Amino acid sequence: MSDGTLAITRLSGLANPTRFVALAGRMLPWLWGVTLALLAVGLFMALTAPDDYQQGSTVHIMYIHVPSAWLAMLCYTLMTASSIGTLVWRHPLADVAAKAAAPIGAVFTFTALVTGALWGRPTWGTYWVWDARLTSFLILFIMYLGLIALVRAIDDPSKSARVAAVLTVVGFINIPIIKFSVDWWNTLHQSSSVLTMQGSQIAPSLLWPLLVMALAFTMLFFTLHVVAMRTEIWRRRVTALRRQAARQAR
Amino acid sequence: MNDDAFVLAAYLVTAFAVMALVGFVFLDQRGRRRELAELEAMGIRRRSARRRDGEGTAP
Repeated sequence: MSDGTLAITRLSGLANPTRFVALAGRMLPWLWGVTLALLAVGLFMALTAPDDYQQGSTVHIMYIHVPSAWLAMLCYTLMTASSIGTLVWRHPLADVAAKAAAPIGAVFTFTALVTGALWGRPTWGTYWVWDARLTSFLILFIMYLGLIALVRAIDDPSKSARVAAVLTVVGFINIPIIKFSVDWWNTLHQSSSVLTMQGSQIAPSLLWPLLVMALAFTMLFFTLHVVAMRTEIWRRRVTALRRQAARQAR
Repeated sequence: MNDDAFVLAAYLVTAFAVMALVGFVFLDQRGRRRELAELEAMGIRRRSARRRDGEGTAP
């Protein structure tokens, strides 16, 4: 067996739900430790970072708004990849991953919208404007809520998985629209300033706290996602065991 | 409302939302873990777990 084949075999072995539950149990204490440490360091750096020469102290909202927005889009991208896994390979963990990620993504989208509004009022003079970036982000929030409702509305898990996967993949069109909306249309929202072709447009004293907070939020997302995936596997086991008990009782 | 009040409001909303999410995830986990334990206490176990423990196999 070649090294590549061996690596794929090992990876697919880890993707077995029983092995995933065992691995999650071993990993979670470490994941929580790293997440809490990064959040503590990130919050300290964010709250002690200097004010912006134009925006004053409101620039501190950036340290929670930008990571929330990144995570909202990353989470949907991960759900799309999982949905492709559900539709193409019918992988048992793919649907679990997508279903477990949706509420987490919805919360990060909500915090991005609210902190954005609270940043917009002192900066732009308004909480909300129907420009392309804000509107496409609101659509992302509605899509998250719709997907959560859809999965809960259909009793048959395999049917709900396929329907939600199709909707998730179709809805992915909104992610590049969110990302490039500030370049394609005239928006009140500023254009990208961290990831640009010319490098970051933010001063290092403001950029480092932002990067640490982004890493902390990413770790928080992955930790909560692992917990939620393990819970979803247990939920399906409970359903299967109840069916088994009902059959035995007949 | 001055600028600091907007910053405080943004951090408070985020803290509340993240704590609510963590609370929801943990309560959901605790509920499913308890249900599994109750089913196992009633002797209802997965076939793979029974095989692993040597139940239902020929002597």
